[in-house]
Formats: sequence, structure tokens, C-alpha cells
Amino acid sequence: MAKVHVTTSVNGEEREVLCEPHQSLLDVLRDELGMTGTKEGCATGDCGACSVLIDGRLVCSCLMLGVEAEGVDITTIEGIANGSELHVLQRKFLEHAALQCGICTPGFIVAAKALLDTNPDPDETTIRYWLAGNLCRCTGYDKIVRAVQDAAQELAYEA
Amino acid sequence: MGAYAYARPTSVEEAVSVLASAAEAGQRTQMLAGGTDVLVQMRSVDRDPRTLVDVKHIAETNRVEIGSDEVFVGAAVPSGVLNENEELKAIFPGLIESADLIGSTQIQGRASIGGNLCNSSPAGDTIPAIIAAGGVCVIAGPSGTREVACEDFLTGVGTNVLGDTEFLLGMRFPRPPARSGDAYLRFIPRTEMDIAVAGAGVALHLDADGNCVHARVAIGAVAPTALLVPAAGEALVGTQVDDAALAAAGAACSAAASPITDKRGTVEYRIKVVGVLCRRAGAIARDRALGN
Repeated sequence: MAKVHVTTSVNGEEREVLCEPHQSLLDVLRDELGMTGTKEGCATGDCGACSVLIDGRLVCSCLMLGVEAEGVDITTIEGIANGSELHVLQRKFLEHAALQCGICTPGFIVAAKALLDTNPDPDETTIRYWLAGNLCRCTGYDKIVRAVQDAAQELAYEA
Repeated sequence: MGAYAYARPTSVEEAVSVLASAAEAGQRTQMLAGGTDVLVQMRSVDRDPRTLVDVKHIAETNRVEIGSDEVFVGAAVPSGVLNENEELKAIFPGLIESADLIGSTQIQGRASIGGNLCNSSPAGDTIPAIIAAGGVCVIAGPSGTREVACEDFLTGVGTNVLGDTEFLLGMRFPRPPARSGDAYLRFIPRTEMDIAVAGAGVALHLDADGNCVHARVAIGAVAPTALLVPAAGEALVGTQVDDAALAAAGAACSAAASPITDKRGTVEYRIKVVGVLCRRAGAIARDRALGN
């Protein structure tokens, strides 16, 4: 089976990887590049645990092939913090206890960042609709929404 | 399992030649746009090896062009990109809403209306909206391009007119005149992200006195393919799109429906609901045409 050579950028760093043609980007990130922050939930695009940004746009990495990543800029959960300094969203998720088991959390953080990057002051309805593609079976969502609102407020103060 | 392969043509000619050589060698191909249906299918119901032909690196399939007479939407443009196009949204609010009903933010970052059409599900939400808006499929093949009205593109559940060496470049729409409106409504048991039990799309033009001079109505999830319902359009033309005209159009939609009973709904229920959706979508399209 011929593997395909792919050159891509992950969190600003150029990476080269050999992919099976049918291998998902999620599997390439986790199994070939060892970046296990991105989680697999359903593998059918329903749960959002595998959310990453492709050229700034939010997608499910389980519904994209690794070979499709040629030449794109990928942002994963590993690229959200600034070194050892947590991103404000990560800090607010901790402060608000917006997670329990944690499997959905990387997807929520990446999705919420994509929202705040384009809409720094979203109302609650906008947040809930935007995050409708991320499923959490622990928290009941309310703490997640509060964490995103609080993060947006802090980012607005900083701006 | 045999081998999957991946091709990434950068021109229409190259894509057609990939398809032609695979067809000659007896190898299976499948076009890949957003992949939100294809990747799920290749891990579940349809695992057979094939060459995936990525259509996202061809200029024509990425084009969105709003001309004075015509609008072109490339087959690979993600619905999230369409939804950010305010001019397109103002021209075809119903079509864009139908795309916005499909999946989450993540799905809409990849999924395209061309892919929704080519997947040819009876319940594809954008299909009735495309048909109502008068969409014409532009198909590339070995002898150039051909055009097929969207309502004639679908041939059955999951099937369409595309040959082994053809693929969808995009859809052409006549640009609606002033006092036009379109709308698409579907019924699902929850508020978000589900598959239509029934759907109806309406596109119409009004004259200066508010009389309907043109109307197209299409229904989804109530037959093996989405259907144009000419009798429903005719029921609206020549009227002020009042309650009586909308009721007649709704009745025409119910009469045209030939649904199945499944976990989403019964035959009787779908026949009734598709008529209601037609009436409501017709009223929204009318109000949009009136600028309300």
C-alpha cells in the first residue's frame, strides 16, 4: 500500500509525515505525530472531540484525511497555550470546573477559541449554537458556557 | 482490504483524466469534496477500496460568482464559506439557510452543497432549496461540460446521473429579479442537527402589485429523491400568495409525496407535514419578496 508523503504545518511548525491514503487526520495526528491532545470520540463527526483548526476554520479531524492536510496550517489543542502559560480559555475552564472526565475538553477549547477569534463578544445563544457540535456527557454544558463567557470578558479587558 | 489511493487534480482536465484511466483499468473512484459523508461511509457501510479524487484544488469547484444574470456556486465550496457571503445570503436566503441547517460549525467548515447533492440522499436538506432556486448542475466529463437541471440530476436513493468519468463542477442559478424570495423549512424532532422527516423549499417572484409571477416548489425526504412539484408552483402563480393559494400549494405537495414509514415518521405523518412546511415556507418566501 503506497503511503503518501505530506508536508503540513502543525501549530506553526512544519511537519512531514507518511500517511495511508484513507487515514484520518485525527489518526495521523495521534498515531504518526504522537500528538494525543486531540481526542477521538465518535469518529463520525458528531461529537467534536477531535476539533482542530485548518487554516483558521474549525473542522472535525476525524472527517478529514491526513493526505488532505498537505500545505495547510493546522492548530491543535497543543498549540493553544503559550508555552507553559495557559490560554485564558484553558484557565477559565479550570476556574469554572467546566470539565469532569476531560475527553471533550480539547475539542471545546479549540472550538471556543475559533469562536472568540472571529467574534470576541458572543452572546450566550451564539456560544451555545457555535458549540452545538461539541458533546459533553458530564457537565451539562452550563459551566462550559460560563467559562467561555468569562474568557471573552477577560480578553475584552486585555484588548 | 485492497488499497485506497488519493488523487489531487488541480485542473478539470486532470480530474477527468484520473477518472478515465481508473474507469479503463476497472478501478473504482469516488469524488471527495468536504468528505463529511464520504469518510463516514468508507468506515461503515461501504469499505471497498477506491481512489478518492479530491476536487478541492480545482479553480472551478471553488468559485462563487455573483453575476448580473446568474450565480455560480462551485461544488466544493464549504457551507461555512457560503454562510459568510452576505451578498449570496441576500440573494438566496433560503438556499443558504438550508446549508446552515446541516451539521455543526465543524461540519459546515468542510461540507458543501455540491457534495450534499452528489450524495443524493432523499433527505439532503439543500436539495429542495437548490431545485426551488432553479439550480442547474454543471457536469465535467471527457467531452467537455454538460448541464442538467437539478431536479433531473437525481435518479434514486443515493444515485444520480453522473457517469464514471464525470463529476460536478458546480451549480448555476438564474439571478432572481427584484421582489423575489426563497425559503426552506424542514421538520426534525429536535431543534438542531438531525435528518429531515420532511422538507420543502419555495422560491418565487412577485410583480409590483404583489402578484406571484413565478414560483418553484420542491420537497424532500418524502420520496426516493427530492422532487420538483410543478402543481404547487402553479397554485401560487397568479395569486397574492394568500392563505388559500398556500393551502392549495401545500395540498399539491402532499399529493406529490410518496414517503416511507421509518423511525423518523410514518407515511401519513410525512404526507401531512410536507404540506404544512410548503405553506409556511411559501409565506416566508412571499414576505421576503415583499421585503418584510
